[in-house]
Amino acid sequence: MAEGSADVSSSLTVDHLVKEYRVGGGLLRRRASVVQAVSDVSLSIEAGKTFGLVGESGCGKSSLGRTVARLQTGESGSIRLGGDEISRVSGRSLRAIRRRVQFVFQDPYASLNPRKSVRATLAEPLAIHRLHRGQESRRVSELLEQVGLNPAHADRYPHEFSGGQRQRIGIARALAVEPEVIVLDEPVSALDVSIQAGVLNLLDELQGRLGLTYLFIAHDLSVVRHLSDRVGVMYLGRMVEQGPVDRLYEHPMHPYTQALLSAIPVPDPKVERARQRIVLRGDVPSPVSPPSGCRFRTRCWKATEKCAIETPELVDLGEGQSVACHYPAERTVF
Amino acid sequence: MLLEVENLSISFPTESGIARAVEGVSFRLLEGETMGIVGESGSGKSMTAMAIMGILPRAATVTGSIRFRGRELVGLSDEELREVRGRDIAIVFQDALTALNPVMTVGEQLMEAVRVHRPGITSAQLRARAVELLDLVGIPDPERRIDRYPHEFSGGMRQRVMIGVSIANEPDLLIADEPTTALDVTVQAQVLDVLREVQQRTGTTVMLITHDLGVIAGVADRVIVMYAGGIVEAADVDPLFYETAHPYTAGLLASLPRMDRRSGDEPLYQIPGQPPLSTAWPAGCRFFPRCAHAVAGRCDTVVPPPVTVGADHTANCVRVGEWPKGVPT
Repeated sequence: MAEGSADVSSSLTVDHLVKEYRVGGGLLRRRASVVQAVSDVSLSIEAGKTFGLVGESGCGKSSLGRTVARLQTGESGSIRLGGDEISRVSGRSLRAIRRRVQFVFQDPYASLNPRKSVRATLAEPLAIHRLHRGQESRRVSELLEQVGLNPAHADRYPHEFSGGQRQRIGIARALAVEPEVIVLDEPVSALDVSIQAGVLNLLDELQGRLGLTYLFIAHDLSVVRHLSDRVGVMYLGRMVEQGPVDRLYEHPMHPYTQALLSAIPVPDPKVERARQRIVLRGDVPSPVSPPSGCRFRTRCWKATEKCAIETPELVDLGEGQSVACHYPAERTVF
Repeated sequence: MLLEVENLSISFPTESGIARAVEGVSFRLLEGETMGIVGESGSGKSMTAMAIMGILPRAATVTGSIRFRGRELVGLSDEELREVRGRDIAIVFQDALTALNPVMTVGEQLMEAVRVHRPGITSAQLRARAVELLDLVGIPDPERRIDRYPHEFSGGMRQRVMIGVSIANEPDLLIADEPTTALDVTVQAQVLDVLREVQQRTGTTVMLITHDLGVIAGVADRVIVMYAGGIVEAADVDPLFYETAHPYTAGLLASLPRMDRRSGDEPLYQIPGQPPLSTAWPAGCRFFPRCAHAVAGRCDTVVPPPVTVGADHTANCVRVGEWPKGVPT
C-alpha cells in the first residue's frame, strides 16, 4: 500500500492476541507472577468503521488498545493492518506503523505537554515523520480547523483551553500524520456532559470525511452504542461477546453483557422504574489468579460445574454475533 | 421541613478575582425524600453540599440561610457544627480511598464515628454496632472483615464502608456527593441499591449530588438542576424529564446518547460554547450565551427568578412557555 494516505481506509484484524504483564517479583522475591491482561482475544474492524470495546476496569480493554496501537508489544497473536502484519515489527517499520495507527488518550489534561504551544504540539509529529515540510504552519491551521478550533489560537498553551478544547487538540495531534486507524481510549469520559456531544459529533464527522477506522474503548455503553458499528464486551482479559451494535444491545446473549447493560442507568424515569436490574454478586476476581474455566462463573447466576472445568470458546451464533458461554440465552434488559 | 436553604451565596477570593461559586440558591428538603442535585463541574452543586455540612474552606464567604429543623446553621461555631456533623447530617464523598484512613481498620473507623456522638457506649456495644453497620451496607462476613484495612477492600466495598461510617449515628440527612462516579457500572448498581435499602430501613433523607441524569432518573423523587452557581430548574423527577421547562435541562437531555435506542445517523444535539467561569458570570441569565431561545434585551439583563410552570415545578427562565418543549434547534 502506498504511503498510507488518509483517503484509503484500512481494516484492522486482531487474532488470538495475548498481552501479559509481570507483577510483583523484584530483587529479593524469587518469582514474579504473570497477569494475562489480554487473553486470546480476536476481533476485526471493517475499514472506515468503528469497533466499540467495553468492559469494566481491569478487563483488559486498554491493554488491548495499547497493544493494537503498538505502544507495547503483545506476547503472541497477530495484528493485521490492511494487508500488513504489524504485531512484531520494530525499528523503522514500527515508526511507519505508528504513523498509520494513532492513539487518543482519555485525559486531555495529562496527555498534552503544558510547556508546548498547540503549534509545537501539532508540528512535532510532522517533524518526526517528515510530513508537510515547509508547509507545517499551513498544516497546523488546517488541523485546528478540522477539529473545530480557531487557527488563530495556535500559539496558545494547553492551560488556555477548556477540557473539551484540549481533547480536540489531542484529536488534531492524532490526525496530524494522516493515520488510517485511531485507537480512542475513553476520549470523552473526562468531559462534562454538555461538552461530550460536541466531541462525539466531531469524531463521527471526521470518520465520514477521512475514512478513519476507529477502535473506540469506553466504559460508557450509551456513548459506545451511539458511535459503534460493532461492539465487543471484555471481562477479565477475555472477549465474552461481540456482535453488530443493535444486535448486541437488543439481544445480548452472555450473562455478563446482560448484567452490564442492565446496570447502566437510562435518563428516563419510566424506563428506570420498569427495568429489571441484574445486580451481580461480589467483585471482579484478581487477574493474577483468574477463575478456572469461564472467568465470569464466580459471579454468574447460571454457573454449573461445567463452567469451572471447560473454558467456553467464542461461538458464532449467526448474524455476526458470537458468545463465549456454555448456556447462552437471550434476555431483554430494557 | 427538614432543611430550608434560602438565598445561599458562596464566594471565594481567587487570583483572577472573586469566584461566585453559588449565588442565590433556595430550596427545601422534605423528610424522607431523595433529592437529586444535578449539574456539571463548576455548577456549584458540591459547594452547596459543603455549605450545608459546614466544611467549606475558611476563605469562603457564606451568606443567606441554611435552617436544619428550624435551626440556623450559617454562622455556627466549629464546636456547635461538630455536634451537627455526623449525627444529624452526614456526607459520603466520591473517593472512598482518600476518605478512609489507611492505617486504621475499617472497624476502628466505624467505631470512632459512633463513639464521637455516644461517649458512654461500651466497647462491646461499639463493636456490635460496627458489625451491624457493615452488615447493613451489604458487606459479607462482617465479623471477620471488621478487622481489615481499607486497602484490603475493593473500590465498591470501600464505598460501602463509607456509607456505613456516614450512617453510623442514624443521621436525618445523608448527603451523597457523586458516591458512584469512581466506580464501575455493575458496582455502581450495587452501591445505589445499598443507598436505597439504607434509606428504606432507616428513613433517612438523602441528597444525591451527581452529574449523571441516568442515576437521577433511577433514584430521585425530586430534582434540582444547577448551572453556573444557580438553580435553573426544580421539579419532581417525572415532570423534569417529561415536561422539561428550562432550555439548559432540555439541551442536556437532548445531548445524551441513549443506550436503549438506535442512534441512527443524526448527530447528537450540541449545546454550543462552554460554561462560564465563576469569576466572570455573564449578566442576566447565565445560560443566555449558550441558549437556543435567548432574546437580547430580555435574557441578558436580570438573573431570571423562578417561574412556576406546574405543581412544585419551577424554571428560572423569562421565556418559559414561549419556546417549544423538547429538543432545542
